Amino acid sequence: MSALARLLARDLALLLSARRGGGAVLPVLFFLAVAMLFPFAVGPDARLLARAGGGVVWVAALLAAILPLDRLIEPDLELGMFDQWALRGLAEEAVVMVRVLAHWLSFAPALLLATLPAAALLGLDGQMTQSLLLGLLAGTPGLAALGVMVAAITAGLKGGAALAGLLVIPLAVPILIFGAGSLASGGTSGVALCGAASLLLVAIAPFAGGAAVRAGR
Amino acid sequence: MQVRLSANDLACRRGDRLLFAGLSLELVPGMALHLTGPNGVGKSSLIRILAGLARPWAGEVAREGAVALVDERAALDPDWPLGRALGFWAGIDGADLAGPTERLGLAGLLEVPVRYLSTGQKKRAALARLLGQQAPIWLLDEPLNGLDSAAVAMVEAITAEHCAAGGIAVVASHQAFALPGMARLDLARFSPGMALQ
Repeated sequence: MSALARLLARDLALLLSARRGGGAVLPVLFFLAVAMLFPFAVGPDARLLARAGGGVVWVAALLAAILPLDRLIEPDLELGMFDQWALRGLAEEAVVMVRVLAHWLSFAPALLLATLPAAALLGLDGQMTQSLLLGLLAGTPGLAALGVMVAAITAGLKGGAALAGLLVIPLAVPILIFGAGSLASGGTSGVALCGAASLLLVAIAPFAGGAAVRAGR
Repeated sequence: MQVRLSANDLACRRGDRLLFAGLSLELVPGMALHLTGPNGVGKSSLIRILAGLARPWAGEVAREGAVALVDERAALDPDWPLGRALGFWAGIDGADLAGPTERLGLAGLLEVPVRYLSTGQKKRAALARLLGQQAPIWLLDEPLNGLDSAAVAMVEAITAEHCAAGGIAVVASHQAFALPGMARLDLARFSPGMALQ
């Protein structure tokens, strides 16, 4: 097993363990709680729920993705992990790239599964659930990349977690607009644009995050 | 490839204070260097500069050979049992840590989560990783902190073995470090002792 594969296995094990990452269960429960509470808040109007429900799922997905933000990079900086990796020739960029993948794996597959009961709770029809799933599949890698990037930038700052939340929200807007917008317009053009915004974030996250880790050293 | 660690006219600045300037050193295989000096004189900063983890304010460092670092952070996942946390590094280094853990008296602690270990036990675990890493250049920042006298003698012995086998060791410590033929460098001599204007 190569060093990066070992790193991925470690990152994933830590993110999935209840102690450090909050586990895979917590974001999913959070996501389902939002889907469950929304009908109580707006009332049982099925048409309204079906129209607004997709957007609610998207916002819940975004919030679930940034839930473990303060645990993505900072603990490893404090433990001196990044220094030891650097001495072994593992570039910060590679470490951050692996972290993006681990973060995505730790929340996205479970979230996609939980979208099915959430869609049922909100009364979304089959067509809409399908484009919702496609959109989430395209958008969540970007959300994971964004989360890791912002976690790297704010690691070590006082009150970094609050700042990280504020930084993520505006940068997540393109994904949210195209992803949730594809539900209203139908078709796959919105999903494609959402995927493009997501890819862009995945492409820049290792470099921005790696540079942030080095600068903070 | 000839293992070598040299620095030319290094200066290190922290905030608006110049910690040291005009420091040059040249280490060849088999050499050990003891960095001494009072707290805050820049021992840890020099170690990080030599490791390439920090950039000097002036001067340059030349390294030939892999570098291993032991500092105050053990770089072991606190929630994992010691065996698993060390196993992660053993996998990356391609090392077998059975010998080093036995030698450093950690064999009975492998099931204990790292966060329950004492300072000295964590330090010994970091030293076990260092042994497994097989790097020719050792940079040890306060390796004796928290160690009992038996473990201190052990660290001195493994450092002596490392140098006898053609390795380089730089030990930053305010404590005495018994190693025959070890060079000493008092960092306070390179301190300009004034603030930059």
